[in-house]
Amino acid sequence: MSRSITPYQTSIGPTHPAFKEPIQLVFDLCGETILKANFAPGQAHRGVEWMGTRRNPVQVLYLAERLCGICGITHSLAFARAVEQIAGIQVPPRAHYIRSIACELERIHSHLLWAGVAAHELGFDSLFYLTWRARERVMDLMEAFTGNRVHYALIQIGGVRRDLSEDMILKIKETLDYYAGVYDELRTCLLEDSSVRLRCRDVGILTATEALELCAVGPTARASGVPSDIRRDHPYAAYADVEVTSVLPNQYTGEIRGDVYDRIVVRVLELQQSVKLIRGFLDQLPEGDLLAIPKIMVLLAKLKKAEGEAVGLHEAPRGEVAHYVRMGGAETIAAWKVKASSYSNYMSWVPMLVGEQVADIPIIAASIDPCISCTDRVMLTGGGRNEVWTKEDLTRLSVAKTRRIQAKLKAEG
Amino acid sequence: MRLKANKALGRSLWVYLCNTGSCNGCDIECVALGTSRYDVERLGVKIVGSPRHADVLIVTGPVTRKMEPRLRMIYEQMPDPRFVIVAGVCGMSGGMFYDSYALAGPIDQIIPVDVYVPGCPTRPEAVIHGLSLLLEKLEKMES
Repeated sequence: MSRSITPYQTSIGPTHPAFKEPIQLVFDLCGETILKANFAPGQAHRGVEWMGTRRNPVQVLYLAERLCGICGITHSLAFARAVEQIAGIQVPPRAHYIRSIACELERIHSHLLWAGVAAHELGFDSLFYLTWRARERVMDLMEAFTGNRVHYALIQIGGVRRDLSEDMILKIKETLDYYAGVYDELRTCLLEDSSVRLRCRDVGILTATEALELCAVGPTARASGVPSDIRRDHPYAAYADVEVTSVLPNQYTGEIRGDVYDRIVVRVLELQQSVKLIRGFLDQLPEGDLLAIPKIMVLLAKLKKAEGEAVGLHEAPRGEVAHYVRMGGAETIAAWKVKASSYSNYMSWVPMLVGEQVADIPIIAASIDPCISCTDRVMLTGGGRNEVWTKEDLTRLSVAKTRRIQAKLKAEG
Repeated sequence: MRLKANKALGRSLWVYLCNTGSCNGCDIECVALGTSRYDVERLGVKIVGSPRHADVLIVTGPVTRKMEPRLRMIYEQMPDPRFVIVAGVCGMSGGMFYDSYALAGPIDQIIPVDVYVPGCPTRPEAVIHGLSLLLEKLEKMES
């Protein structure tokens, strides 16, 4: 006997603290299956771009840093690159190298953070603690280097504000050795574990065509087989001096499926790539100045006269970031527009989520790394039902699915 | 600290994290509280996923206009006695975003606040210190 199931609507969020577009996800569901997915951003709009037009470019640097609490270098670097192009400031080579080293250290911390959160969404909390323990090493290093764990205030227009001493280089090398040492352990836990594989294989698929059509960027695009990487396509800072290849999942698995598992593969391989890149930068680190214009009053006077517009690009841990800046010969900047990487990736949620189960929402939503911590409350309405689901309920569903799979695995031997 | 919590409140502190439009910096640092380096569970502090289970609300962010009613709603869902800790300077004064048109904060204009933890972002150690200050305050209120 067949029973008809009434489709109903579910909304997740909006207590979703992504950096510029916290999001409310709305689903049309039929039973456990997602028929349609949509989202509504805008809850954490702080008006940062508008505030930027009331401050001078050096002050905006610190505001740009606070667009996102995970990418401490990303936004200040992209903004500084745009301003440097407008004012025609040449960054000294040593500053380029220090910027690149900091970018890669940030990528290590961000990918480990993501891996931990993804493990947590799967109900695999011991892996969450393992990755976050490993992450604390790079946080300590960044604190020793820049003086803060999160917002580094390292980038200055025309260079960097801190030098790498011999001691610090030694510390970085020690940290890299540590990551090279734990890499195999992390890779085994994240990629070889059968429950992770069963939860993530063929879940949340984004094909290469969809990724291109929806302009996905960063690891999300690369996992679908689109080899886009700003570090390779438009080299900046010191990336032109080293060999950067796009990390694609077939380098590990031999095939590209564009599912959640492939997105884990790309990020894990990028950990190894970052360690290799930093070693390359440290070997070639040139001597010289840190700042093109060391005196801040001289710098501000030069920027006051600068006129023009430019786009600053940067490959953040989550993908391409673009800052458009226009300056019109005034003390403050005339216009500022920020295109963050998650902004490009949000649209790829729609093809990923359609046809999947409710229990898979957390891991699929997390798989594009949208500055997570989302999924606070789910409201089920329509069809005479009106219940509230918390994030705990969703996590419980997710954990229960992992347990079911593990039990099945055991039974099969 | 665990002993103190038992004495003053009759139980351990359960914490709910609420982001009201912050940059994620303080939130990640507060999540790090629960992981192996800081491990607040050894002090009896547990991070829970629903305000209905929580004794303490840790609020981060400058409170955007869209989040203001939601912050009130979350606070109202908490059972008494309830306490609020503000983590990060933007929740205390607006901080970096002081002149924004989109802010309804600071937090103490919306809900009553017990402890302020400054920093941009706050360090996990500072949040632990904030929790212990809250307990000291409770003890003083008792005696």
